[in-house]
Amino acid sequence: MSDTKARPGRVAITEYLEVDLRTERWHCRRCNHDIEAARNNYKEGLLVAQRDPREVHRPLINEDRYEYTFAPDPEWCRLVEFYCPGCATLMEVEYLPPGHPITRDIELDVDAMKARHADKLEETEQ
Amino acid sequence: MSTAQEQMNAQLGAEDQEVVDKFLKDNVLFYGPDRDIMMDHEVSEISDVEARALENAPDAETRNIIRARIETGCTEAFELVENMGAAPGAKWGDMIVGVFSRNGDLSVASAGGVLLFSVLAQMPVRFMVKYWKDEPTVGLKPGDIFIHNETRYGNIHNADFSVIMPIFAGDTLLCFAGCIVHEGECGATEPGGIPPSAESPFDEGLRLSPMRVGENYTLKRDLVTFLQHSTREPKLMLAGLKSRLFACMRVQERVNELIDSYGSDAILATIRQTLTDTENEARRRLKTWPEGIIRSTIFADTTLREMVLSKINVEMTKKDDELIINFHGSAPEFRNRSVNTIVSSLKGMLAQQFLTFVWPDLPRNQAVFAPIKVKTDQNSFLHCSDDAATAQSMMSIFPAFGGIQHGLPKFLYSAGERATEIIAPWWHMIDTLLYAGITQHGEFVGNIASDINGMSGSARWNRDGEHAISPIFANYVDLGEQELIEEEIPMMRITWQRLQKDMQGFGKYRGGHGAQTIATVKDTPQWAFITTANMGKFPSVIGSFGGYGSGCTPMCKVKGVDIFKELEADPEFLKSYDTVDLMNDMPFKDGDYITSHMGMPPEVVERGELYCTQMGPGAGYGDVLERDPEMVAQDYRDELISNWTAENIYGVILNPRTAAVDRKGTDEARAAQRKQRLARGKPYKDFVAEWETDAPPEHLPYYGSWGDPEVLYRGSPDRTCSADAIEPTIMSDPAELEVARMRKRLNDMLDRGVGAAFKDG
Repeated sequence: MSDTKARPGRVAITEYLEVDLRTERWHCRRCNHDIEAARNNYKEGLLVAQRDPREVHRPLINEDRYEYTFAPDPEWCRLVEFYCPGCATLMEVEYLPPGHPITRDIELDVDAMKARHADKLEETEQ
Repeated sequence: MSTAQEQMNAQLGAEDQEVVDKFLKDNVLFYGPDRDIMMDHEVSEISDVEARALENAPDAETRNIIRARIETGCTEAFELVENMGAAPGAKWGDMIVGVFSRNGDLSVASAGGVLLFSVLAQMPVRFMVKYWKDEPTVGLKPGDIFIHNETRYGNIHNADFSVIMPIFAGDTLLCFAGCIVHEGECGATEPGGIPPSAESPFDEGLRLSPMRVGENYTLKRDLVTFLQHSTREPKLMLAGLKSRLFACMRVQERVNELIDSYGSDAILATIRQTLTDTENEARRRLKTWPEGIIRSTIFADTTLREMVLSKINVEMTKKDDELIINFHGSAPEFRNRSVNTIVSSLKGMLAQQFLTFVWPDLPRNQAVFAPIKVKTDQNSFLHCSDDAATAQSMMSIFPAFGGIQHGLPKFLYSAGERATEIIAPWWHMIDTLLYAGITQHGEFVGNIASDINGMSGSARWNRDGEHAISPIFANYVDLGEQELIEEEIPMMRITWQRLQKDMQGFGKYRGGHGAQTIATVKDTPQWAFITTANMGKFPSVIGSFGGYGSGCTPMCKVKGVDIFKELEADPEFLKSYDTVDLMNDMPFKDGDYITSHMGMPPEVVERGELYCTQMGPGAGYGDVLERDPEMVAQDYRDELISNWTAENIYGVILNPRTAAVDRKGTDEARAAQRKQRLARGKPYKDFVAEWETDAPPEHLPYYGSWGDPEVLYRGSPDRTCSADAIEPTIMSDPAELEVARMRKRLNDMLDRGVGAAFKDG
């Protein structure tokens, strides 16, 4: 999928997330996995892992010799990755210091969304 | 309880009160920065004069022609300064030319240049209207030339100088013409205009409140001499003043032509109506965004003197036709460090986001930002006190820009109307060289290299980002020509605009690569480099929707060498002109190879020593495993990525020799990576139970809130304050701390009987 259109009766919120207006549930836009209630934090329905940032942004210069290597310092920074439990799509990455609380990044007004997209609800009822 | 003033007022009769009011009005001790002006980024109320003009306003089509001609005049003046100006900032477009309403609001600006001035340049003009217009010793009249540079009267840093001229139609003040240029050198504690070591506002150079330096279109030589004498570059000061003055005069000429064609009321009405129309359109577009809250968590990792982790807590609330950006819980100010910002500069930078990335089709004026409210904690590093240094506010406002750029796609993706593509965060740091020293022509100079304009673009929802394309603060600027630069200053680039392999914002669509520079000097008796940038340890450019952000960008240097000598002896001496190869291969036998974070105060550089800086990548968009394998192969062919990255990040199996994609191998590798994700991923609740801590780790010099935005940490888990009553943080001198550490080590050694021979000496 490479457009911003959602399935009938749904609103695409991000590249990988859409809200079913009738059931008020978050869904994966890739595999349709039912993630979480739309009024809740979608991250609560995903799998989460923390990674040493050097696994992705690897040191470009000799880390035995230099303190600064082009890689983030794992003592300071960790990657926190969120995967769809259905298809393992990487939906979001946070760069956080070790132990920092997870960010609830999306908290949309579901009632306002349903009112705005009333035509999509009608779409599903027809 | 009433105040003493209120008690006194209650006892005064009306006549006495009038006398007191007049006395106070006539005897103001000091016209300092006006808080009402500085805190207000909205469009002014319509004045009576404007209201009368609006009653007879021309039709929309005529207004459109007038506005287009004013903008053309501003752009013409902009190009004039580009050709005449002496500062690198002028030559490469780090400036703006605009027309302000008679109330001081910026209404129309040049097509190119630094758009953040659109929400900052009105403040000194408003100050002039409020205080100088009716002040008997100042006043405003045709031909007056005003200048200003001080941040606390409106601007980003004192390196930015303006010229402002009132434009009259007969006796009526019609509007103002203004030109603001990043001139650079401003007489601060360190050369170059934006001193990283500034510890107070009084270390930041000239502090010009809006002041008249000329009448009848002529600069006053005594005042100009004072200004020249107050900085390290008298020639730059004069050339800058003149070019900005000519820009304003050219704008005035174009406005006068319009008055002749359409009458002054038509111009007045157009300038005013442009602001109203722009704000209305911005509000209409905001209404199509989804209602709700979007949050981002971003960190800046340096004060430029020491490494710290400063939180930028972003919460954006969209309601009807307004957007509220709240930074509650962000790091407290570092009073004696230069990385703080006053809140108006922060707003200017945030406005840049909307002018460039969200609604670039709207007129370039301050009304674009009018529907947006900004909330900050007083005395945080995003809203610092009057006593805090701000010369390097870019270290806080640029990551703040990155924070909202990371969050906005989550509104825009389902917005009813968009003017641009969905885009991940741009590279937002100034990994370039500031310089100071004596040129080959015997002149002292201090300024910033034009590499600052080569920031890399980020990925969009449907395509990759551009390499080293433009800075976040301007979209039409230039990098300059190396040959022309070398004619003026003794700085040579051994490598310039080389893209760094594997330094990529990985994603389904990748960010553009940043450019590296390896610089040195020759033919100078004295030269120094300065660098100022975040992201030595912790990236603040974060990816969108599963895309990755950037790695880090340290300073790399090779001291104690003379590359010219080596090349004279053997022109083929260097096998590679790449920073990474240089630092790994260490081709100079006696060189001292050093890496550090990018907070480098002026450091003397000798002929032939190498200083390597690196712009990072724009952020990536989407899951790396969705990237078209052929696009991965093309990046490999273009030497943007290694085979390691193709395989381990993108899960693409290539023939390393031909770059041909092994489809089956790729499918298997990607399936294996997905399996690994499912294996290492934990349910949210289990992960949080293991991961989250109540306070920052002891080893981190952490500043800002952790979980609760009301509680701010100040460097360690046991030092906190309330976000509503921030206590200033005073940092120790890192050199003194180092001496104390070394002294303690020495004493410990002596106590253990080691090095007793040194005890007496």
